[in-house]
Amino acid sequence: MTSVLMCPPDFYAIDYEINPWMHVRNKADQKKAKKQWEDLHNIIQNLGVKIEIINPVKSLPDMVFTANAGLVFGRKFIKSNFRYKERKGEEKHFTEWFDKKGFEVFTIPRAIHFEGEGDILKIDDSFFAGYVIRSDIRAHEIISKITGKRVLSLELVNKRFYHLDTCFAPLSDKTILYYPRAFDAFGRKVITNNIKTRIPVNAKDAARFCCNAVTIGETVIINSRCKDAKDNLKNHGLNVIETDLSEFIKAGGSAKCLVLFIDNC
Amino acid sequence: MKKFQTKVKLSGHIIDSLTLPKTLDEILEHGCNYEIEEIKVGKNRSDTSSALIRISSDSQKALDSTLHRILKLGASQIEEKEAALRTTTSDGVFPDDFYITTNLPTRVMIKGKWLTVKNICMDSGIKITGDFRHALCIKMGDVKKGDMIVTGHNGIHLTPMSRMRHSGIFEFMGSTVSPEKSKWLAIKHIAEDLKEVRSTKNGKILFVCGPAIIHTGARGYLESLILNGYVDLIFAGNGFATHDIEACLYGTSLGISLKEGAITKKGHEHHLRAINTIRKTGGIRQTVKKGIIKEGIMHACVKTNTDFILTGSIRDDGPLPEVVSDMKEAQRLLREKFKDVKLCIMIASMLHSIAAGNLLPASVKTICVDINPEVVTKLSDRGTCQAVGLVTDAELFLRELTNHLIKKAD
Repeated sequence: MTSVLMCPPDFYAIDYEINPWMHVRNKADQKKAKKQWEDLHNIIQNLGVKIEIINPVKSLPDMVFTANAGLVFGRKFIKSNFRYKERKGEEKHFTEWFDKKGFEVFTIPRAIHFEGEGDILKIDDSFFAGYVIRSDIRAHEIISKITGKRVLSLELVNKRFYHLDTCFAPLSDKTILYYPRAFDAFGRKVITNNIKTRIPVNAKDAARFCCNAVTIGETVIINSRCKDAKDNLKNHGLNVIETDLSEFIKAGGSAKCLVLFIDNC
Repeated sequence: MKKFQTKVKLSGHIIDSLTLPKTLDEILEHGCNYEIEEIKVGKNRSDTSSALIRISSDSQKALDSTLHRILKLGASQIEEKEAALRTTTSDGVFPDDFYITTNLPTRVMIKGKWLTVKNICMDSGIKITGDFRHALCIKMGDVKKGDMIVTGHNGIHLTPMSRMRHSGIFEFMGSTVSPEKSKWLAIKHIAEDLKEVRSTKNGKILFVCGPAIIHTGARGYLESLILNGYVDLIFAGNGFATHDIEACLYGTSLGISLKEGAITKKGHEHHLRAINTIRKTGGIRQTVKKGIIKEGIMHACVKTNTDFILTGSIRDDGPLPEVVSDMKEAQRLLREKFKDVKLCIMIASMLHSIAAGNLLPASVKTICVDINPEVVTKLSDRGTCQAVGLVTDAELFLRELTNHLIKKAD
């Protein structure tokens, strides 16, 4: 049974700016955010996914984005080293949670930044990992050693798509949804060489975070009003569930950022 | 040699992720050059690979901006170690564990700077000048008490052969010894190389010559090459010069008539009589000036002021006055004269070829022509790996080479 980790948005807010989407003046509507998070929670639960909950912590507004907690591989948890001090406080809480649940916790040297599943996604037998903006490429070799898997590094070249999961979504072992302009020519070539079916999205849908999608079986959960991407996904035989996540887009996140897969192997 | 250099290591799934070509592209785009010193490729899909890359530039700024960029791509800078130095305590003796040179272009890290070793040749040591600004290749016998000599293997960098990118005949031949490739084409390529060196005037053409050139009747061709400016330096032994002079004076080579191929009456005496004639006048140059020698290879050398070095051996008759019999002096002279050699053609002379090979850097294009393929093999075995071999008769080679060069020049 698939299981994921989520964190209720009790303390979610736009209190600082660490990506081009965040503007402290553009406050998140707490009530609306709570409703959107619960909708997503229910959609995922109704698809038969077990949801684990971590308690939110005051003064850590981005803890709601559990995808950045680290990477789970079997019973191993590789904790994140956040680039920005604003999020470093989350590391301790996520580590404690996984430790209590009996996971073997791995740490990467402090000087090497790594932002968890936000920057590394598994397809078939390989990991695809984004770097430069938030994570350092040096983390990739370490992760390869811990997991014994190939890690293909993709440089992210567009600051608006600062994590891999904002521009790249695995849909199956052979298919992805992605925004090509978030990568350079080398990155696009790596994707072409290694992934059989690639569904590109346009700039408009990419800006609505359609690539920040959660795939459960053959169902893809995406932010609402990503029309072209939705049609494209349907044409590839996938079920699409749209849900409004506009309050989280204010912080540069959407469906996938709110979820960490914890049976990722 | 670029002034500013550094070394980085790249590791991970650098091949599948295209991080290696991407890093190399970045180095070039930032105006620097690279040399991959070592690469280890993972055996399985999950194995990581690694590469050691040397980056060089004429500008520290370009090097810094390259590093700034490629460190983000995962490259880690590797600290270069200084070469260790020890002072010699007696003349003619290196310190223990002295670094022994190869014939490859060599640099040493001294006081944070890479110095290129001057006049590199194999089986020598490296001396650092008192101001730490120059590195010189030095033979054991030339070491003086108090010299600073490089020891151990740290802080030493060699440029591999594959990076030298020899062109012309070297691209054509591919393998070191080639009895199976078209002689005519191979010789044509050699002729092109000769023409190029002669026209650009950026180095000397050295011919290492064995007596078979005279025995096979090829002396006229070599004479033409000298007269037409295709030879800057000849290195041979007492026998070669004597046979040429004997041919001029008596029409024989070791007593065999060069025209008829028959044994000449009292021909066996010609060799010693020729030497005696030269010794009587004081030397080859004097004999030419007096008009006693009127043609031939040595005559052409004197007339065109083409340099020649004759070195002795234990079997020499005479020898001719120009023959240098002191081997230490001969080595010193050869090292001095070989400094600017760019192209070396060795014809039918195993011992002199190996001697020349020992003194030439690997960057010199070296072609070894011999009827016996083992000569080239032996040359390579002794470290002259850059030599390509042409298995053929000396006369055929020189005839074809002359045809390519002189006819077209006319």
